Amino acid sequence: MTASAATVDRSSAAAGIIGRFGRNNAWTLSLLGFLAALLVFTKAINPHYGLTSFQFTATAVLPLALAAVAQTVIVISGGIDLSVSSQMALTSCVAATLMQNYPGEGLAVAIVLLTLALGLLLGAVNGALIVVTKVPDIVVTLSTYFVWAGFALLVRPAPGGAAASWLEGLAVGYVGIPLLPMAAVVLAVIVAVIWIPLVRSRLGLSLFAVGSNRLAAFRSGVPVNRTKFLSYVIGGLIAAFAGLSLTASTGIGSPVPEPTYVLISIGAVVLGGVSLAGGVGGVFGPIMAVVVLQLIRDDMTFMNVDPNYGLVAQGFILIGVLMVGSLIHMRRSRS
Amino acid sequence: MAVDAGSPGSTATLSQSTRDLMTVTATNLLLEATDVSKTYGAVVALDHASLAVRPGEVHALIGANGAGKSTFVKILTGAVRPDAGRIVVRGRERTSQSPADARRNGLVSVYQEPAVIPDLDIRDNLRLTSTSLAGFRFWLNELGLENLDLSTPARRLPLASLRIVDLARALAIEPDVLLLDEITAALPANLTERVLHVVQQQGDERAVIFISHRLIEIAAICDRATVLRNGETVGVVDVAAGSEERILDLMLGEAGAALGEHAQSAVSATHRPEQVPRISARNLSDGRRLRDATFDLYPGEVLGVVALDGQGQDELFDLLSGAERPAAGSLLVDGKPVSFHHPADAIRMGVCFVAADRAEALLMQRSVRENISLPFSARITRWGWIDLGRERQKIDKAVDTLQIDARAGSEVRRLSGGNQQKVTIARWVASGVKTMLCFDPTRGIDIRTKTQIYMLLRELAAAGAAILLYTSELKEVQLVCDRVIVIFNGEVVAELPAGGADEAALLRAAHNLKPGAELPEAMAAGTATAKAAVEAAVEASEAAGQP
Repeated sequence: MTASAATVDRSSAAAGIIGRFGRNNAWTLSLLGFLAALLVFTKAINPHYGLTSFQFTATAVLPLALAAVAQTVIVISGGIDLSVSSQMALTSCVAATLMQNYPGEGLAVAIVLLTLALGLLLGAVNGALIVVTKVPDIVVTLSTYFVWAGFALLVRPAPGGAAASWLEGLAVGYVGIPLLPMAAVVLAVIVAVIWIPLVRSRLGLSLFAVGSNRLAAFRSGVPVNRTKFLSYVIGGLIAAFAGLSLTASTGIGSPVPEPTYVLISIGAVVLGGVSLAGGVGGVFGPIMAVVVLQLIRDDMTFMNVDPNYGLVAQGFILIGVLMVGSLIHMRRSRS
Repeated sequence: MAVDAGSPGSTATLSQSTRDLMTVTATNLLLEATDVSKTYGAVVALDHASLAVRPGEVHALIGANGAGKSTFVKILTGAVRPDAGRIVVRGRERTSQSPADARRNGLVSVYQEPAVIPDLDIRDNLRLTSTSLAGFRFWLNELGLENLDLSTPARRLPLASLRIVDLARALAIEPDVLLLDEITAALPANLTERVLHVVQQQGDERAVIFISHRLIEIAAICDRATVLRNGETVGVVDVAAGSEERILDLMLGEAGAALGEHAQSAVSATHRPEQVPRISARNLSDGRRLRDATFDLYPGEVLGVVALDGQGQDELFDLLSGAERPAAGSLLVDGKPVSFHHPADAIRMGVCFVAADRAEALLMQRSVRENISLPFSARITRWGWIDLGRERQKIDKAVDTLQIDARAGSEVRRLSGGNQQKVTIARWVASGVKTMLCFDPTRGIDIRTKTQIYMLLRELAAAGAAILLYTSELKEVQLVCDRVIVIFNGEVVAELPAGGADEAALLRAAHNLKPGAELPEAMAAGTATAKAAVEAAVEASEAAGQP
């Protein structure tokens, strides 16, 4: 999204810019419309859904949204990461355990930094295995899913640990006005610090290039393997943020990776307009997609729908939206 | 009627094909394709082409690159559907919807790339096509591969053996008409001999359509030859000793035939001897198709490369651009030996590559800006932000220079083919080109854009760049190039000054036929004329560009 927005030719007329922005971001904009409609629907069925509930939604969404951003970076460069949820579990457990054993608000800052470094390391292992062994991404990250999950259980055989109170404060409440949930601000800051510089950097362009056309990237002198490796390192870093946000929102570390996180992160990436073939997309679509999926789940809980039916419905919504998307795409490429 | 419908060639051609037709009545033709036409967008691949094959003959299908041979073969075997035309097999009209359909109609083909599943062993591959094992064994023996273990997975066999397997399988199907597309390309000499022998020994009932660039093989085993030029059948020749010249004349047309005597291989002196070549290739080899390439590319010149398909030119460009590493030989840039491990190494030395296939070069879903900035932004070693202002200036300048119509700039795939190709060139112009390797950059591009690209190449050379240009459009060599080298069977076999490189001379050299008389003065005059023409065109375009 940011990437394509940046490509808009500034020299054309303002109207042209808006029109082109709309065309280039049609998917994200329609997703935004869908989200707005969903919020209206939520308010309609549940008049008590107010700003406080919205803050709860934001807190629940934060780990998933970060997982989706991690997945997006990797998918854009042509890979896929099935280990994202166990990376979250491991980093969350390490952070919660350390914070329990070494309490202190100041010390917690060091622990957070250490956890982020662990995320970089996990991503680097994923990336190195893929680049060096040439084993497909899906196989490598499926294997490391089990490895990281095993480590998480070794660190914490049962859920527990603690979180520094400032860390917990980052996941709940609001900033300034109630309309601005703390979790949303944290998400915005992380995205602003990692994603926006990334798409404007040489590395960002290389990520898109490798995902879009490996051969063309290679022929243009892009170090394909290094770029792929770095995509996993960045993904690992963001997954560590996601793990920390789990610790922040629950106050503990849970060693069992939530299995739906992987699938939701991939589903959100696809629903958010990122091509699974790589090379196309941004992070705003997937983040919105995560909110949409969360709201649907909340509404179903509120409507007392059997949670099992809820899963079925989520799946159908995913398929439905994607079918509409690919129909639009086909129509457009034919014209 | 079959042949002369599509042969508005010379009178000699017409009388030749008429004579052929009088000796053969339509009823005893094995295969008769009449007025077959096919267009791809604006490109006419086949224009009322015809082919008549008698039972028991080996019939060559000949034409220069782009003459329409492969489209014709694809139509005959059902891979492509013709826009118009009639195909009659054994007196009955047939339309093949797919290769399997064509096989049921008695037409079986063997392509350059063997149609075997690499992960299955040979026996399973045969089972997949319901081929009789006995027949396959018989032909395998005839072809000299009797020791082949049928339980070997196909991927473990060398390409040459796979071709033989493919051929034996096709023969075991007992087709009426067997189509062989460049079956001898890259085969070792002993296997080539066996294959040609087997092809010749096919009985009176079967016909073989033999497609080859090797006129010597055609002369050795073919009975007749149908020649295509620009998608039309221009003549049918009874193959006999000395008919190579006649075939070449037909491939060239009347204009070419008149100039045919200019062929020669004198070296021009467009570059001063004291100059250091930008690129020197010495005995370069990739270990497979490219066997021994030696040549120099000087700053300020456009050096043409001419070769028939599959003579090692693809591999040469891969080695020079750093996409592959050489198996033998050495490469010098500005007089210093280099070894490229990655295209980035080549780009750092100012050696950049323009591919024929835009899909290999562009990020189709990304913007013009990103595509142009890719190479000089791509070096992660120089970590940091892209300087958007400076970058935009460079890109705007390149877009201007190349007159790229970037209205649909947000996604390169929405541009026309010509504009896409300009983007691939623009990225190198923007990053400052010293050496440009262009592999058939004008393939499938409209004539206006083609001219613009050629003029740009001349301008770049005038500014001191060294340009290596492989082109399948022989006509245009004289327009753009200063010199031209010819590759045949993996070796540089000839070097010609542009003046002597008319289509006839190039075709002759590309088929490795020995040149005729030398005419150095006419040649020098030719160079001057071609250069003047391009310069005039450049000036005209500049004048037009002024407001």
